Amino acid sequence: MSQPAPKIRCDACPVMCFVAEGKTGACDRYANLDGQIVRCDPLTILNRRIAQGGEVTPFLKSEWDGSLVRDDEVFVTANGAGTTYPDYKPAPFIVSREVDGVDFVTVVTEAIFSYCGVKVKIDTDRHLGHEGAVVRSAGEAIGHVTTSEYGSQMLSLGGVDHLTGGSKAEGRVTCDSLMKLCNKEAVELTIDGGSTVVVQAGHAPIVDGHQEERMRVGCGSATIGMFASQWKGLVDEVVVVDDHITGVVSEHQAGKVLDWPDTGIKITGRRSTPGRYFQVAEPGLGWGGTNVDDPLSILGPWNPKKGAKPGLTMLMVSTTGEQFGYFVLDDALVPQKEELPDNLRPSVDLIAENCEPALCTVLFMGGAGGSLRSGVTENPVKLTRSVQALKTSVTCGGAPLYVWPGGGITVMVDVTRMPENSFGYVPTPALVAPLEFTVARDDYKTLGGHDSAVRSIGDILESGGEYGADIRAISPPEGSELNARTKR
Amino acid sequence: MECAQASLLADGRRLHLHHGPIDLIVEASGAGRTDAYVRATKRFESILNELVAELPMLRMRAQKGAIFSGAVARRMQQAVEPYCDKFVTPMIAVAGAVADEILEQIQQSPDLEKAYVNNGGDVAFYLADGQHVSAAIAALPGGRITLDSSGSYHGIATSGWSGRSYSLGIADSVSVVAKDAASADVAATMIANAVNLPNHPHVTRVPAVELSPDSDLGDLDVTTYVGDLSDVEIRSALHNGSGIAQACVDQNLIGGAILQLKQEYRQIGVPVIQQVCSKPIPEQELSYA
Repeated sequence: MSQPAPKIRCDACPVMCFVAEGKTGACDRYANLDGQIVRCDPLTILNRRIAQGGEVTPFLKSEWDGSLVRDDEVFVTANGAGTTYPDYKPAPFIVSREVDGVDFVTVVTEAIFSYCGVKVKIDTDRHLGHEGAVVRSAGEAIGHVTTSEYGSQMLSLGGVDHLTGGSKAEGRVTCDSLMKLCNKEAVELTIDGGSTVVVQAGHAPIVDGHQEERMRVGCGSATIGMFASQWKGLVDEVVVVDDHITGVVSEHQAGKVLDWPDTGIKITGRRSTPGRYFQVAEPGLGWGGTNVDDPLSILGPWNPKKGAKPGLTMLMVSTTGEQFGYFVLDDALVPQKEELPDNLRPSVDLIAENCEPALCTVLFMGGAGGSLRSGVTENPVKLTRSVQALKTSVTCGGAPLYVWPGGGITVMVDVTRMPENSFGYVPTPALVAPLEFTVARDDYKTLGGHDSAVRSIGDILESGGEYGADIRAISPPEGSELNARTKR
Repeated sequence: MECAQASLLADGRRLHLHHGPIDLIVEASGAGRTDAYVRATKRFESILNELVAELPMLRMRAQKGAIFSGAVARRMQQAVEPYCDKFVTPMIAVAGAVADEILEQIQQSPDLEKAYVNNGGDVAFYLADGQHVSAAIAALPGGRITLDSSGSYHGIATSGWSGRSYSLGIADSVSVVAKDAASADVAATMIANAVNLPNHPHVTRVPAVELSPDSDLGDLDVTTYVGDLSDVEIRSALHNGSGIAQACVDQNLIGGAILQLKQEYRQIGVPVIQQVCSKPIPEQELSYA
């Protein structure tokens, strides 16, 4: 925030706090969000779901039958461990939490995700940067390029080292970038020695100003395998240019089984198996994730002794079908570019058609260890085990998530399945995310929890209900980003 | 505008009183419970408005002998009197003073065994003969404070940098036992402020006004993050706080205190901790908090 933060007066109660932008008032219930006073307790999640048209089942209001809630559309309250708003601390609720054998709990804090980050999958053949290269936002290191996946480049961003282990600016930028990515906003990332990419969950990546359209159907070799029979008889040679494995149909096993004749073609690069070549060029933003703009540059001289002859035809195409060229050998056995014949166009189009739309996907990943300490059960490890045994289900803003095997409760969730603006931050800096544990009542008892604690989750919703005269869910104002606000 | 609200929690035992920034969890046991809840609710109705009426004065630096008209404000003034030589405003005692005021109403009910008013961790309690009260210390896994009716203590309060109120210090948690909740509240805050390492590069501080434009702390830097500290630094910070805590005990302002920072804790004054988990707390666990 470079501008002076506007402060506004909250009229929710007689204190009439001035509330700074992005902060809560003294009650921690009302906050200043973009110049409007909003209520920021778990009811907001409920209201946001209503605004999204999602089905809301306030199971605590009706008699809960004790069965596990599996349907991700069922509303589950953020059990005091999470929030939807910066700086929100659900202190008013945690003080009511009961612990066996004591009259009350002295408490000063509520847990948040210091250990968290996002894994970003960017569907592109383009080389964005070397594995291990530093990823920056606003000049600050916020993560790195990690092991690439099929047709995708992967980034690992955030984590405690960037959030709190580096400089103050690094922590702030990391937190800000993570929150934006998790809230489905676009973030521009630069990779040391690589590209600049604009990432937004659920949208196509924009690499160095070029918006990706398609995710490749397969590597060059796989593409040959899939389409060889369609090319047979229409063209003498096909080369699928790919930074990973460039395929050549006349040499490839898929061509051999079709009795494809030799063409005397010579591919630069390292031959893996017949018709499959590694490293035909450097990685880059050209054809099939190489740095090649002229595909002929990956070819050596044609060998007449092995079948090269004037008039021989060749199709060169990239793995997404976005680039293609048709060539005919002249009398000197030099390929000359010609118009793509109509009978070959369908095969090129088919490659493109078989590609899925290129997307960025953002998975939030965090460890929920701390939130368990402050009193979900007396014996946190039992809850951990219960989660791992799938007896307690964990959700993030109602979205299903993957619980990483092994110790602790480390979860991953697709942020596009979560309500809008689910993520907030605290100045730690760390992210705040809604997190719900849902457990059958009987199981909860065996966890070392007790019946009244189950209901104490209900207190939160119940309170909302009893404050019904004061709180109502209203549809978002036209053109407003707010999905919910509650005021008297 | 919201008015004061009262509702029984879902357990049917405890009363939740809420108005603006005040959230009280009240529990009374014994035949007089209903009567106690009626009294508490009736008194609670006007408490925030009384405070708001004198809020500008309550947010100014405390002066010895200042006179307020509201009962809660007078309790706040009384609680800060011993600390007027330092920078302190009566607001430091607001949570405890509200708890004390409500407890006083509750105590007028006949036939009570035990009652407490918990104002966000600042607690006033009443014990009939032979009763005891037990509090879990969230910051110390397994830690318990247990007090019985034989002592003259009726208040427990906790303060720390990551809590609801701002702290000038770096203590994760300071819990104090005192004669009433207001006194405990002030002392816990003052001791937590003193658990400090001024200008430490791993401690992030922000002027209070940036967080809350009308904070009584004004331009004073409040702690927003405490990073890694060495063992020596932790001990040194706790030593600073322990000195203040001991002085409070010596002047009979409090009964005792438990100061906690990262993996270490100190106990000053009356032995109030019953048990603390014997295992050292793993560092990783702590950094969640």
